[in-house]
Parts: sequence; C-alpha cells; structure tokens
Amino acid sequence: MQSNIMIVGVGGQGTLLASRILGDVATQLGCDVKVSEVHGMSQRGGSVVTYVKYGDKVYSPVIAEGEADIILAFEQLEAYRYLRYLKKGGMMLINSQKINPMPVITGAAEYPQDIIDKIKNTSAEIIPIDALSLAIEAGNAKAVNVVLIGLLASRTEIDKGIWESALVSCVPPKFLEVNKKAFEIGYNKGMALK
Amino acid sequence: MKRLMLGNEAVARGAYEAGVLVVSSYPGTPSTEITESIAKYDEIYSEWAPNEKVALEVAIGASFGGARAMSCMKHVGLNVASDPLYTASYTGVGGGLVVCVADDQGMHSSQNEQDSRLIAISAKVPMLEPSDSAECKDYVKKAFDLSEKYDTPILIRLSTRVSHSQSLVDECEREEKNLREYVKDTAKNVMMPAMAMKRHHYVEKRLEDMRTLAEDCEFNTVEKKSKKIGVISAGIAYQYAKEVFPDASFLKLGMINPLPSKLIKDFAAGVEKVYVIEELEPVIENHCKILGIEVSGKDILPNIGEFNVAQIRKAVFGEDAFSYKIGEEPPIRPPVMCAGCPHRGTFYVLKKLGLIVSGDIGCYTLGALAPLASMDTCVCMGASIGMAHGMEKARGSEFSKKVVSVIGDSTFLHSGITGLIDVVYNKGRGTVIILDNSITGMTGHQDNPATGFTIKGEPTKSVDLVKLCHAVGVDRVRVADPFDLEGFEKVVKEEISADEPSVIIAKRPCALLKTAFRGAALRINNNCKSCKICMKLGCPAISVVDGKVRIDPTQCTGCELCVRVCRFNAIGGDDDAK
Repeated sequence: MQSNIMIVGVGGQGTLLASRILGDVATQLGCDVKVSEVHGMSQRGGSVVTYVKYGDKVYSPVIAEGEADIILAFEQLEAYRYLRYLKKGGMMLINSQKINPMPVITGAAEYPQDIIDKIKNTSAEIIPIDALSLAIEAGNAKAVNVVLIGLLASRTEIDKGIWESALVSCVPPKFLEVNKKAFEIGYNKGMALK
Repeated sequence: MKRLMLGNEAVARGAYEAGVLVVSSYPGTPSTEITESIAKYDEIYSEWAPNEKVALEVAIGASFGGARAMSCMKHVGLNVASDPLYTASYTGVGGGLVVCVADDQGMHSSQNEQDSRLIAISAKVPMLEPSDSAECKDYVKKAFDLSEKYDTPILIRLSTRVSHSQSLVDECEREEKNLREYVKDTAKNVMMPAMAMKRHHYVEKRLEDMRTLAEDCEFNTVEKKSKKIGVISAGIAYQYAKEVFPDASFLKLGMINPLPSKLIKDFAAGVEKVYVIEELEPVIENHCKILGIEVSGKDILPNIGEFNVAQIRKAVFGEDAFSYKIGEEPPIRPPVMCAGCPHRGTFYVLKKLGLIVSGDIGCYTLGALAPLASMDTCVCMGASIGMAHGMEKARGSEFSKKVVSVIGDSTFLHSGITGLIDVVYNKGRGTVIILDNSITGMTGHQDNPATGFTIKGEPTKSVDLVKLCHAVGVDRVRVADPFDLEGFEKVVKEEISADEPSVIIAKRPCALLKTAFRGAALRINNNCKSCKICMKLGCPAISVVDGKVRIDPTQCTGCELCVRVCRFNAIGGDDDAK
C-alpha cells in the first residue's frame, strides 16, 4: 500500500513547510517515506511542486503522471498545470486563490477561465476552498499553507493528534499559535464540506 | 530512531559521524544545504570560501594537515575547482578527503547540464553515487575510509533529486579521528614535473586497485529476480527504474568510477535483455559496449534532462500514462524577481537607457526575462566583466559606452574581481555595476566575504568593495541606491560616458532579508488611468484584475518603486480604485 500526495503552488506560498508537515506525519505512521522538494531558482515566484510518498517501500521520490492519490493545490493555475498527475478518480483540494504569472501580467498569455468548473467536470473529486480568507481569519495571510494542511487532514484516515504533533515539530515556536488556529480552521472547513 | 533527512543533510551527517574536522564550500543549488547543515555541528570547522577553487584548496590543506576534510559544490562549481582536483588526484591525501558534487539534471537552477562523472574519469578520482538519503550518509562515511586506504580524494556525485529529497536515515554516534601526524613529504606533496611523473604512475596503479575493488564491494550490488530483463543503473535513475521494472534483475552501481568489468559481464550473461538506465551521458552504457555487451539505453532514452517513471515506461514498454486533460497547456510560470527586489530598479534604468548588459549568475539573471528583458548575456560565474571587456576590444570604445556589466556582490568576490583587474590592467573603459544586496541571494541567503558574518553568524571583517575597486586601480567608484531611479540613472549616464574604467555599487539589501525595508502594502487610487507603466517593472504584486490595475497586498512590500514611475500620482493613499 502506498500513498502519493502532491503539493503544488507558487514559490513563496509555503509549500515547503506543508510538505515537511506531511512528511513528519508519514514518519510517525512508521512508513517508508520520501519527500521531494524544490529549492533554488523556482522558489522565486515560479511554479513549485513537492511530492510526498509513503508506504511499505518507496523508490522514486517523484510521483509519476497519473499516479497521485491527492493533489493539494495552493493556486488555481497550478491545479490546472498538475492535474495530469492525478490518478483516475483521485482527489484535488484547491485553494481558490489566483496569482497571475508574469506572462499574464505582461499580456503575453491569458489566465485560463473556469478552472475549478472544468476540473469538476472530470471524474476527479474536487474540493475548492478560499484558504486565503480562512488564513486571514486565523490571524495571518501567510498561514494559507497550514489551512490547506488542515483541509488535507480532514480527508485522510490519519488520527488528528498525529497532525497536531507534526505541526509542533515543523513550525517555529513563535508562529505555532497562529498555525494551530489555521490548521483547526482548515480542518473544520473540510469536515463541514463532507 | 530513523529521521527524515534531505540527501544534503544526510551527507553532512555522514561527514559528522566520520569525524570530519574541516569543511570549506561555496554555495550552489542543489549542493548548498550540505554545508549549511555542517555548520550546525560544533565539532566541525566550516566556512563559505569566496569560490569553489579556494574551498577545495582549503580542504586539501586540511587533509595534508592530517584532518578529515570535505568540500561541497554544484556541478559547475567543480569546473572552478577542477584545477586543484586534478592535481590532488596525484598527491593523494593526508586525512581523508571527500569532494561532493551535485549535478542538476533538468537544470532546475543551473546554466548547463554537465555530467560530473566525466570529470571523475578524466581526473582519475574514484566516484561514489548514492541513490537516497540513507546511502548519502553511508557512502560519505565509507568514502573517508576509502580515501585514506587508497590515498586518493573521493568524489561523491549527487543530483537535484537525491540532494533535495528527504528519506529516512539512522543516526549514529560520531567517531572522533585523531589528526594524522604531519610529515613533510616533497615527493608526494610538491607537484613539480619529476615528482608528479612518479605520482602519475601511482595514480594509474591506484585505479587498477580500485577496479579490483569495484568487482567486489558493498557499493555494487546484484538483485536477482527475473532472467528476462536485467537493469544496470545508479543514483536516482535506479529509484525510477525500480518502479518501472518491479520484476527485473538489477545491478545497482554505487561506485561509478572506476566501473567493474567482470561483475557487469557476469550480470549481463545471466539475463536475456539488458537495459542501462542512466541520466545524461552514456557512461555506464559505453563501458558495457567496450566490453562487447549488447545493451539498450540511449537508443530509447535521451541524454538531455532528468528522467521520470512515466517516460521510462513509455520508452521501454510503449505504455502511456493515464492523465486528465481539460484544455490547452496552461501559461508557464517562470520564476520572477520578488516584490521589493532591489535589482528591479537597476534593470528598469538599464532598460530605459537601452544599454547592452553583460550579465552574470544570481537572482538578477532574472533581469533577462520579460518585461524588464534587459540582460543580454549570461555564461558563468564572474563572466560579465571579462565579456564586456572583450566586446569593447572587439568593437571599440565608442560601442562600449553602450555596454555595462552587472554582477552580484558574492559573484564579484567569487570570480569577478579578476575580470575587473583585467579591465584596468589592459586599459579598458568599461562600467561595472556591482549589485550589492548584502547577501548571496539565489541560493537562499548565505553570508559571503562582504557581509561581515561567517557561516556560523559570527561577526568578521567584511571586504570593503569601494576600497577594493580603488585598490585594483579603478578611480571612479560610486555608490548609488537602485530605488532612487532618477539619481541612479544620472550616475549610470555619467559613468558610461567616462573614458576610464568605473564601478557603480548599487547598494540595497535583498527584500527577503529581515533587515530589509518593509512598509505597508500600497494601493491603486482613483487617479489611475490604466496606462500600465507600473507593470513595466515586472513586479509580481502588480497585475490587472477585471480590467483594473491592482496591487496584491499579500505580496507588496511597500518599496514604492511603482510610485516613482507613476505619472498620475495614482499609487498610495487609502482610496482603492472602484
């Protein structure tokens, strides 16, 4: 048994922390784990993707096209870009935020319309939320990543306490309070949408 | 207890457990976190050197001094360090010496895609290649033993996916190693022709000994399964291949140089069909072919870019992966200069003046992309200054009045200073703009000789760039703020028209530094005429939403560069445009 989860977004949105929390959760489960991260140039506002795989034995740290069980998308266009990695009937959790890439800003390209509706029309399960508003509600717009981790937690079978202890090990103490709140808000939102 | 670690952290852990005492490196993606992790161990002396050549020389000196020592760099960094590497291969070591080199298949953050295995072969230095974090730690530890046993530096080859993937690692205790006695040995450590010739004979004998080792060592392992397909692979490609060929027999090569011959022949003889799965150059494949073994490799898979499981499956079995499609390819999202980045002001002015910009390596290379699109060249670390000088010598000094070179503070100290000396010495008149953002930015904020802090955050002397430029003979040295667009433009115009070499230090800290200015987010007010001149700055916080220019408050740092270019006083104040 193996779980393949991708976290996709825009450099600077905090996908790295989200993948580290998820990696910590999988380690606590006693699984073999691999987490493939993005460092360097792409972190400067580029398209970023991290892969988290856990199970009995994991080889490639990268998830192959059509094999992701869940994609946690921090931004609509990035959800669109990485949809092809989702397995048939997989689940896409989407933050409804839109961040224009530079080709759209300069007018060289257009931001695709109705992304969420188009994904809804496939056989994939899709859960869109406005994570930015929820993060602001938690007290910090930067906590979008942990709101989304909360949402993800509500959709897995993993005990909530494991997620909470991962949060404690991965988040710097001075930001822990706001992130705990963000997690709770994301988790409750996910439960309410069930 | 197993702990999740980046490959790079595991390399550092291996060095720590092996009793390493000295590590000197220069940052470079994807290798940077090795030395950052090393810096957390109090038992190890660590430093950022000005460049990879110096870093390796420090490590060689520490090794001659009897300590276990290490130097880490990216693939192109090894080019810079190759001069000491090739001769350290002759001298051999005192204490164990390991050089980690991280290749960047797929060029996630690099200017080329070279395969460092070829350098190991030509420098005649043994090379190990781990395929996950546990092996990173294990191989590095064993590399130090091999280095001392065979009197050779050892190369560890990493790749983006090994360096930047986390997997589980068992931590062990550190084994303290006493300094080996220092012995003066000119025949071994002074590489003049007569001594070096003898050492070359030693190097060839050592390679023979290592070849024997490669036939039967823990790094090269056979996994016997089906006799139909045998796969020979190494490093990250092995991990991909294991998913593609779950039932095949495998020969996993952890020692990449030298390669075994009998082991490969015996493995190939036991299977019907052999695939060699390796990224970039056909190093293992060519070795097989020399041995007369028929294999499939680069005939079905490219020597460009990194591999993925779906691609290998398609190449071998013709299977297409399932994928949802909802329309055309989405617009790309290239990396951009951050909101509040000081380089934005510099490139805005250079574009406005229509100058030819000889560029360099760093975050500011992004100045080549639209809409600023004001960098003309980028070849390697430090190249900007010499290249601008070359253009001047080719096309004359009038042409050169339209040319400037731009180079970051860390890159200038890495290898730009020698280019500047060349300009002065050979009577050039070029203008060099040093983008001094007080940090090494692109690789994630490492200190450098101009920041005033060591890798451990201790205060130290900092290079005074103004005095340094004066000292090499540049009389015209100016310091200017790239956010003062008018003032900066005036300085650039004055310096490019001067008939002597000049340096402009564009001074403003990286927007991501804690010490950087951060004001309240700006807003567009009712004066906006949608002229979109602010969008020519290429700021990711400014974009058009529903036909109106908007500033994203989560990204805006309040740098006010857009306020300065706006002609209608339409940015600032409280009135958000309706």
